[in-house]
Amino acid sequence: MIKKNDLILIGVILCICLAAFAIMLLSRKEGSKLIVYLNGEVYKSFPLDEDIEFTVNQEDGSYNTFVIKDGEVDMIDASCPDKLCVKDRSIHYNNETIVCLPNKLVLEIANGVEDDIDMIAR
Amino acid sequence: MKSKKISTYGLLIALAFILSYIEAMFPLPVPIPGIKLGLANLVVIVALYTMGAKEAFVLSIIRIILVGFTFGSLSTMLFSLAGGLLSWLLMSVLKYIGIFSHVGVSIVGGVSHNIGQIITSILIMENINIIYYLPFLLISGLLCGAVIGIVGGMIIQRIKKP
Repeated sequence: MIKKNDLILIGVILCICLAAFAIMLLSRKEGSKLIVYLNGEVYKSFPLDEDIEFTVNQEDGSYNTFVIKDGEVDMIDASCPDKLCVKDRSIHYNNETIVCLPNKLVLEIANGVEDDIDMIAR
Repeated sequence: MKSKKISTYGLLIALAFILSYIEAMFPLPVPIPGIKLGLANLVVIVALYTMGAKEAFVLSIIRIILVGFTFGSLSTMLFSLAGGLLSWLLMSVLKYIGIFSHVGVSIVGGVSHNIGQIITSILIMENINIIYYLPFLLISGLLCGAVIGIVGGMIIQRIKKP
């Protein structure tokens, strides 16, 4: 039933995943700020060392509420039907994201230093 | 179209619809958004092996449109379509080449479904960092694809017997 090629395929995919996890683990740094993207553009940014609760309200009535607490960002409420962004884990490492696809909103952690370079590149 | 073919279509679409409903009711308890078993892919695999690539394509599209209108929205339909088309394409090609069994084909289907959705979300959100979800989605595509492939194999065996 199961061919040898199937097992090779499973092995290859597992290796790719392990390599990706290893790279992610080795290269991750604590971020220092949160950037909120709306429709692919920077909407607002927040420092991670200040605890706040913030709601992004959009013209069509949709909203996303997130908190920054103890340096971690978590989505606590949203108007989207599936609430996947609310269920998602909280984030604090550089480049981690929480995505709300229906509202086209991305919360992204950035490192203060690298962010300056990003801003110039944009 | 022969009546047998019509009834098989109807049966499989109904089954895909029910499986999508079950899946919408019981999401997997994992902290990564969007990870699903892909139960409906079971039907696509069965159709691919018992009817053919063209029939599996028609079935996929009808299922995605029906389920999209019933349980989802236009945006979730777009993601399903991207994942569904990519996984149908790769599964059909691999089945034709014949280097993998139905389990391998199903794994490629699961993984490519996730890759299609990730690419779509990167394009829509214009944010490349979403790619950080990919390793998690590859693992889940692998596991779910394998389960679906094994169960699908049992169904294919039973359907093929006259």
